[in-house]
Parts: sequence; C-alpha cells; structure tokens
Amino acid sequence: MSLSPTGALRHSGHLFAMALDVLRTVPRRPFQLREFIQQAWFIASVTILPTALVSIPFGAVIALQIGSLTRQLGAQSFSGAASVLAVLREASPIVTALLIAGAGGTAICADLGARKIREEIDAMQVLGIDPIHRLVVPRVLASMVVAVLLNGLVSVVGVAGGYFFNVILQNGTPGAYLASFTTLAQLSDLWAAELKALVFGAIAAIVASYKGLTAKGGPKGVGDAVNQSVVITFMLLFVTNFVMTAVYFQVVPQRG
Amino acid sequence: MGVEICVEGLTKSFGHQVIWQDVSLTLPAGEVSVLLGPSGTGKSVFLKTLVGLLKPDRGSVRVAGRDITTLREHELYEVRKLFGVLFQDGALFGSMNLYDNIAFPLREHTRKSESEIRRIVLEKMDMVGLIGAEEKLPGEISGGMRKRAGLARALVLDPEVILFDEPDSGLDPVRVAYLNQLIVDLNAQIDATFLIVTHDIASARQVPDNIGLLFRRELVMFGPREKLLTSDEPVVRQFLNGRMQGPIGMAEEKDAAQVEQELAQLGDSARAETPGSRELTPRLLPGPGITRPPRWQAIARREAEPHRRREVADA
Repeated sequence: MSLSPTGALRHSGHLFAMALDVLRTVPRRPFQLREFIQQAWFIASVTILPTALVSIPFGAVIALQIGSLTRQLGAQSFSGAASVLAVLREASPIVTALLIAGAGGTAICADLGARKIREEIDAMQVLGIDPIHRLVVPRVLASMVVAVLLNGLVSVVGVAGGYFFNVILQNGTPGAYLASFTTLAQLSDLWAAELKALVFGAIAAIVASYKGLTAKGGPKGVGDAVNQSVVITFMLLFVTNFVMTAVYFQVVPQRG
Repeated sequence: MGVEICVEGLTKSFGHQVIWQDVSLTLPAGEVSVLLGPSGTGKSVFLKTLVGLLKPDRGSVRVAGRDITTLREHELYEVRKLFGVLFQDGALFGSMNLYDNIAFPLREHTRKSESEIRRIVLEKMDMVGLIGAEEKLPGEISGGMRKRAGLARALVLDPEVILFDEPDSGLDPVRVAYLNQLIVDLNAQIDATFLIVTHDIASARQVPDNIGLLFRRELVMFGPREKLLTSDEPVVRQFLNGRMQGPIGMAEEKDAAQVEQELAQLGDSARAETPGSRELTPRLLPGPGITRPPRWQAIARREAEPHRRREVADA
C-alpha cells in the first residue's frame, strides 16, 4: 500500500464505493441462499469457540474491577448492575467485533484473495457473474447475522462469568447481584448492542472482501491483504463504536 | 456465427509505465488470430482489456457493434456472455470438482434441467478428452488437464468469441500439438472468433489466419499469416526465428548500434536463417472426423495447391 495521501484517499474511496455496491446488490435476485448458509455456518464455526473462551475471562476481568471498585466506594449492592451494564453495552460488541474481524474477516479475506490471484474472480466476471452478487453479498449478510448471534452469546457468557467471579471468588451476595441486575441496564441497551454487532459484522466483511478482491502480487499479496484487512477493520470498528455509543447516549434516556 | 472485434487506438498504462499504446486491429469474425510478443509485453493485459476486466486509458473495443470500454457494469456482464476465456492456469474454481466447474456457467445463466446440463457438460468434457475425471478437484490434476477443463468451461455457453491466454505454456510439445489440433477442430465446429495469445512460434506458424506482434509498447504488425511469415521486418524475423540477433534483447530492447552490428554479422554468415524458415509452414487442418464448413474447405484447397505443384516439379 502506498503511503501517499492520495493513495490513502483512493483506497478509502474504493472501499466506500464497494460498500455502496454491496448495498445496491443486496436486493438483487436470485439470492445466493446456498452460499449464504455455507458462509454463515463457516463463520460461526470459526468464531463460536474462541468467542466463548474470550468472553469468560473478559467477564471475569470486568467483575473483578467492578467488585473492587464498588467495595472501595461502598456500593457493593450495585456490583451486579454495573457489571451487567459493562458487559452488555461495551464488552460484548467489542469482543464480537474483534472475533468477527480476527477470525471471520481474515478467513473471508484469505479465501477471496487466493481466488483473486488464481484468476478465479476474473474467470467469474468473464463468465458474466458479478462477484459482488455471488460472493460478497452472501458473506456480508452471513457475517452480520453471525455477529448478532455471537453478541447474544458473549452477553450471556460474560454475565455468567461475571456472576461466577463476583459471587464465588469475591464473596458477593447472589441476591444483591441478581436484584440489582436491572437497576441500571435496560432493554434498549441490548438492542443497541445488537445493532452495533450488526454494523460491525457488515464492516468486517466488507473490508475483508474489499481487501481480498483487490489482492495482487501472488501469495505474498494475499498475506498482505489479510494483514491490512485486520488493521483497517479494527480501526474502523473502534471509531464506529465510539460514534454509535455517543449517539446512543444522546438518543436513549438513561436510568437513575 | 462469430462476431468481429474492432480495436482502435487502444492505450493502457499502469501509473507512469505505458504497457502498449495506440493498438488498432480487427479480429475478423470466425477467424483464428494469434497475438505474439516477447514475455512481459502486456499480452495478457490486452486480453483482459478486450473483455473489459481492465479499463484502457484511451481507445475503443467494439464487440458486435458495442464499445466495451464505455459500457456500464451490468451491460458489460451481458456482453461478456458472448466470450469464452481460457486463462493461463485454467482459473478453475478450487472448491468445486471438474464437473461442477464446467456446469457452473449453465447453472448460473440458464434454466436448463440437471439432466440437460449433464448432457452438455459430458459432451464438452468428451471434446477436450476429460471423460472419467468429473469428480477430480482442480488441485488433484496436472496443468494440462486444468487447461483443458478451463477450455471446456469456456465452451459450455457456446461463445461467439474465444480468447486463449497462453494455451501452450507449461505443456509438453506433444500436448501442445494436440491442443493446437483441438483449437483448429473447434474453430471448424463452432465457427467462433478465436484470439490466441502466446509466444510459441510453432503454434503461431501452423494454427492462425492472422498474426499480430506486440513489441516495444506497440503493435508492430498485424495481418494475414502469410504476410507476417514472409515479412522482412527485423523484429518479426527475429521473433519468428527465435534468435538472439535483432532488436529484441534480454531486458526488453537493445540500443540501435548493437542491433546494426548484429544484423550485419548475421548477413555475413550467408543468410544464417535455418533453411525454409521463411517458407510457409503448412497449416493445421481440422481432423478427419470433422465436417469442414465452407471457410475451411477453401483453406484446405489453398493449402493443397503449392504442395501439389512441388510434387509435380520433383517428378
């Protein structure tokens, strides 16, 4: 990748153009159902286990931090409320994003990149088939669906992990933990988190597809493309997360 | 059948590097043309520009009256259905077996029933001699088989234009001979317009109606086979004879003085060209089992004439 400012602008432009192409191609029939199911299954299979394994310690860390913080402040009765809030609002979309980009996105990028340098993509275009419609749209949709489902998984595992560490290891009271569950968190937090996961899934898949479809320069080019796709996705995801969180606090009235 | 492709003033560059400029040629409908050129002269880029995979900087490519370079994306996909392209390594889909690869365009573009698809796919596989390899994955077969499978896939939609990107690279001479025969047979059977990009001189001498030569970012010459094979243009002579003396150097080109000197030396050694190199190699004709359309009957008659005359002279 060139480091000139015009080069960076051009790449952003192409990426954005492809995102628009994907959006425009989504309603086009026939929908590639087979490819969608295969991809959803594939992305789920490479992300579920690492997601569960990451979200347990993640929930534990949050529980530990909040446990000691609430003890210092003398607000132990709120430890459940705070830890649910933290897991639900921030931890789960971020964990989902990292895994969708790190496990799902890299797989998509490597797959499409390998096809690109073997001229399979060119062959497909010459056969009159639009790779955006045939390959990218099913992947983007699959990634979005799996991200939403993963977000649910992370929330459950994270909250359960938090409960375990707070109650068993920090001698919190189960009753207080459970009773304060909904004092701060509300249902709209869950919706917002799912919306974030949906957007993160789309961004990860679009960036991975873009980098894969523009890979060039042989096998090394595919490696570079995967590397860049992870870096770009992470940057975009954290910026998007910030913007969506800021908007959320403006739009949804908070409790308490 | 077959459509004419009219290329005018085509120029392509990547960044500041000009690949070729001002290329104009017409591929006559139904004829076989060969585009020759040293490695790295942008022959593959030219093919990709013809099917609209790459956009040229200037110029036009008219296929069946429509300019490829100005078409919108969805119109381009329509026009591309006229094309069959054989990529260098076959470009088969690695995740599908050969049968599914060849059936792919039919399943995507037609509403044919599975049994009809099966009939067409097996017919094309028979044509390229791949019967029995339906279940193989592209990774499990040799380069030659991948090329033939790629060809079968390119043929399956009955294209009007078939483009071959180095069909003979990486194949042994015997397989190249079979492939050349296959190309000629195909042309007699389906009557499409063929463009073969290659640097194999032997194939270029036997197979085509027209030959073009790309060198130094330009189309040096394009015309009927006879014209190029008997041409006195130094670049053409050097390339067709595969010798070191001449304008083409290891790193693309040489300086003029050196070329002069080399050509003078070559002249001293009494027209050092191998005897008969300027003679017309006999054309490859469709095999005995193929019914020849009028165009090929005429070619066969023309081919037969000089030989007969020589035999008479010998007697």
